[in-house]
Amino acid sequence: MAAVTALSETPAAESAGRPRGMQARRRRRLNLFRYVVFTVFGLFFLVPLLAMARFSLEGATLGTWSLTAWKQIASYQGTGVPPLISSIEITLELAVITCAVMLVLLVPTMIWVRLRVRWLARTMEFLCLLPLTIPAIALVVGLGQIYNRLQHFSLSALMLFWVYVILALPYAYQALSAGLSAIDVETLSEAARSLGASWFTVMMRVIAPNMRQAILNALLLTASLVLGEFTIAFLLLYNNLQVELYSISRNTPNAGVLFSTSLAALLLTFVLLLILSYAGRRRRGRG
Amino acid sequence: MAVAATTETGARPARAGRRLSAPAWVGTVPFLGYVAIFLLWPTGIVVVDALKNPNGAWAFSNITELGNPLVRGYFIGSFKLCLLSSLLGAVFGAILAYAVASGDPDGTVRRLYLAVSGVLAQFGGVTLAFAFLVVIGPVGLLFHASWFYSFPWGITVIYAYFQIPLMVLVFLPAIDGLKVQWREASENLGASAWQYWRHVGGPLLAPAFLGGTLLLFANALSAFATIWAWENQIAYIVPQQISIALSSEVGLSNVNVADLLALGMVIMVAIVMTGYALLQRRAARWLR
Repeated sequence: MAAVTALSETPAAESAGRPRGMQARRRRRLNLFRYVVFTVFGLFFLVPLLAMARFSLEGATLGTWSLTAWKQIASYQGTGVPPLISSIEITLELAVITCAVMLVLLVPTMIWVRLRVRWLARTMEFLCLLPLTIPAIALVVGLGQIYNRLQHFSLSALMLFWVYVILALPYAYQALSAGLSAIDVETLSEAARSLGASWFTVMMRVIAPNMRQAILNALLLTASLVLGEFTIAFLLLYNNLQVELYSISRNTPNAGVLFSTSLAALLLTFVLLLILSYAGRRRRGRG
Repeated sequence: MAVAATTETGARPARAGRRLSAPAWVGTVPFLGYVAIFLLWPTGIVVVDALKNPNGAWAFSNITELGNPLVRGYFIGSFKLCLLSSLLGAVFGAILAYAVASGDPDGTVRRLYLAVSGVLAQFGGVTLAFAFLVVIGPVGLLFHASWFYSFPWGITVIYAYFQIPLMVLVFLPAIDGLKVQWREASENLGASAWQYWRHVGGPLLAPAFLGGTLLLFANALSAFATIWAWENQIAYIVPQQISIALSSEVGLSNVNVADLLALGMVIMVAIVMTGYALLQRRAARWLR
């Protein structure tokens, strides 16, 4: 990457005469284009968020400011819906469980397939990417019957994690497979095995630590997917954060707490992703 | 090679002392079992039930119900929305991706836009409908768009909010793959900017662009939460109708409507995603 910029910028500065003028003019035009594009798209992406922020800070009368909606997050109790905080808790717990199950299921299997069962690699990739072609709304039609058979009214909403792992599969797989192909898995495992390590040690103490960044990416993608999931929870009649927000919006449209809670969830994801993106860079810089 | 050979022999004593173990593929059984139960089984149920009557008898003639004007209407609605939002998302996403790619590859702007795109591409929930409701909806801060509840324009604008970032994410690698040397070479040969894009850049990016458009199409096809929070009374597209059919058995009473619609959707997405995979493979040729 760095090499490419170096190539594009130095000749413009050093070469003499006509080419230099052309390059400089192009750069100026390009910069103008970039600023315009960034401003326009920045506005498009920011304005809805700012509007949500403004609505979440709306006071009792229109046009006044207040923090009520943000304080309400912990205590809000809409008519005919469970308390908001309980659905927040369930969603966070779901995110943690889904991440854990996804890791335990996917990481060892992917390493194992890579090392010992190569002929299954294509099948595994196909299976992991399959949820992309089976929309959640279609999956839920079949799942409804399975969950009904389990008499799901007596189950907690936490049971949603079984499906969420499936939904997260494509994203987690892509993140992990990028991490796996960036390291020399064969050599690492052969080195560890020749020193007498068990397969468990090879996976947990040799390969997994080497793909820490990929695992973190997979975790974050999974968590953000769970935080925003609506379709399956709604149609299986479970109550998670998004379903709760939806119910509140049906009963009391434009309740300030809708916007404060949505915004809080969004900010959480955003901060996590931004931190990750910077953490990734620092590691690369050191290595 | 030499290293591999010595480690191979070095590993042998450790292995020789172990008892006879199960074949290696047994290690993948938990994963395969999980996927079979929670992905393949429900999909199988959808396919089988779509071809059965509610009383359980086989009825392959159900497939013809996909041609029923009512059912066809939902698919046409889905098609319209997906086509519009994917074209819009792809064009604007490509422009934004180019602006991002032409900057410092390790700079803050790029990191910020990538991180934001990562979040917003997933931001298709009910919250998105709220966000636009308070900007241009009936209570909008900016203005009250009379077309906010019109199909497909109102919802297309909302969909653009997650389609554009997704396009940035999938299209950026392709633009990064355009080598500066190619641009310089064409300039040295006297090509204008237009000629460069017409004969070099454009053709190189075309497969990636088309592939991205298809991915966006599939993405819009399977989106449900946003449009449901936007409008839950009138069904314009297939997912809305599946939801309505699941909660109330009205309409084609002799068919498992939800299953049939779901099957139709899976087929549609599968076709689009296959096209995406093929184009992606072609686009990858220049990304080395």
